[in-house]
Amino acid sequence: MKNLVILGAGTAGTMMANHLVSKLTKKEWTITIVDQYKTHYYQPGFLFLPFDIYTEKQVKKEGKKFIPKGVNYIQKKIDRILPEENKINLEDDILDYDVLIIATGSKTAPDEVEGMLGDNWYKSIFDFYTYEGALALRNKLREWEGGKLVIHITEMPIKCPVAPLEFAFLADSYFKKKGIRDKVEITYVTPLSGAFTKEKCSKSLGYLLKEKNINLEIDFAIERVDNDNNKIIDYADKAIDFDLLVTVPTNMGDEVIERSGLGDDLNFVPTHHNTLQSLAHENIFVIGDATNVPASKAGSVAHFQAETLTDNILLYVEGKPLKEEFDGHANCFIETGDNKALLIDFNYEQEPVEGTFPFAGIGPLRLLKESVFNHWGKLAFRWIYWNMLLKGIPIPFVSRNMSIKGKNID
Amino acid sequence: MKKVIAQTEIDVNEEGYLTDFSQWTKEIGTEIANEHNIEMTDSHWQVVDWIQNKVNEGVALSIRGIKKSGVIDIKQFYALFPGGPLKVSTKIAGVPKPKSCI
Ligand SMILES: Cc1cc2nc3c(=O)[nH]c(=O)nc-3n(C[C@H](O)[C@H](O)[C@H](O)COP(=O)(O)OP(=O)(O)OC[C@H]3O[C@@H](n4cnc5c(N)ncnc54)[C@H](O)[C@@H]3O)c2cc1C
Repeated sequence: MKNLVILGAGTAGTMMANHLVSKLTKKEWTITIVDQYKTHYYQPGFLFLPFDIYTEKQVKKEGKKFIPKGVNYIQKKIDRILPEENKINLEDDILDYDVLIIATGSKTAPDEVEGMLGDNWYKSIFDFYTYEGALALRNKLREWEGGKLVIHITEMPIKCPVAPLEFAFLADSYFKKKGIRDKVEITYVTPLSGAFTKEKCSKSLGYLLKEKNINLEIDFAIERVDNDNNKIIDYADKAIDFDLLVTVPTNMGDEVIERSGLGDDLNFVPTHHNTLQSLAHENIFVIGDATNVPASKAGSVAHFQAETLTDNILLYVEGKPLKEEFDGHANCFIETGDNKALLIDFNYEQEPVEGTFPFAGIGPLRLLKESVFNHWGKLAFRWIYWNMLLKGIPIPFVSRNMSIKGKNID
Repeated sequence: MKKVIAQTEIDVNEEGYLTDFSQWTKEIGTEIANEHNIEMTDSHWQVVDWIQNKVNEGVALSIRGIKKSGVIDIKQFYALFPGGPLKVSTKIAGVPKPKSCI
């Protein structure tokens, strides 16, 4: 018997378990998946939780429910990967593997910035990238009466890179609805040189910030949080005041990657951009947020990766050359507030452009243009996530590689 | 796009970044620095050198990488290249502007 082990039962790991269970023969292969937590969170929902658009119940389910029969599920903390011995140390157990899939994702590391985890953490400084943070922020917003709201990105890369901008748009809507928009000053602070970093996006979407009266601070590389004076300060000594800071802390791979000596500076695993094989060990594959590939860290990306990776695992076990197929394809809805959303579809090479999706000239979704229909698409994504994505069911008409059909490319 | 700098014609993109590193010389670097009101010193060149090596090795540049470079700390980096130090230093070094995924 041979062992295929999947580390992490989040979006990517769960999808891989569902793909592989029917493809690897039961007589030859045992598939095992390990995760430390009982609960599987729908992370895209963390964007809506603070604004009372989603409830707690809508963003969490028991993880085991999504692991197919025929796959061993172990709920334990992974301590270390021993790639030279093909073994995994769990908190109180050891697993052997022939093929390993790392899907341990990425998480926030607020302690990377001086003062961030200080006295004001979850009092006037919040994140919404964790369940606890999103919930604490919701409770704060319910009673907040206004002031300076600063939405801030610490450093790139972060998962779902458009989420902070969406947060700013949704905040504008939220305070308008509450009738206190005039009491709230919203500032968006980014380490990048613009709110949108791709040229076409900036051109098409630059108006959004102005329209919603959101101030923009660019090129801001935070050095520390000044908890006494409620300021964030950058390396050039620029200071920004806040009454309420919603920050996206540094995103890093799990410490298990660091302990195992498998990661880069941010604990992301160096991975082949097109095959998803780890660069250091041929029987280790990496998927989702845990990789260092220069694609967006998003569930939709993990979904496209999973299709390529499934084929490549099968090729690998048969001793055949791998497909260099994954193209960085990402497909993301961007909430713009007031019940509208945008859709972008892009890959490593092709930046987001305008057009229709998935059918040329028809849509029904519009690329890079606000529409109510796109907003329904974003909300439908939650249903698609629980019922299709995690189960590895392909999304109709959307292929793993990006299609140029319907895109206005010049 | 062509641009004449330090009496040499070079190829640059719309933002002024060299598109062909083989055209880069120290004189060109010095001129680009001047355009940003930066007077190049040994410390500046050390950073430029480090950046060129990293790009050559295929390592993505980031502020965090600078922190670990051992060449300079981030405060100094900001002091040497005011106003978006990664953007400015890469332009002087003749390498592409660091990409940031959307
Ligand atoms: C606020 C927010 C909004 C988002 N919006 C969108 C969106 O609109 N669209 C979209 O496509 N994506 C979105 N995403 C991104 C998406 O949620 C992630 O990209 C996706 O979940 C990545 O899947 P993954 O399997 O790589 O990691 P995860 O789903 O995070 O799973 C990693 C798993 O590994 C486990 N693990 C890690 N280390 C260990 C260890 N040492 N021992 C045991 N278990 C371990 C963790 O417990 C976890 O269950 C959003 C994310 C956030 C935070």
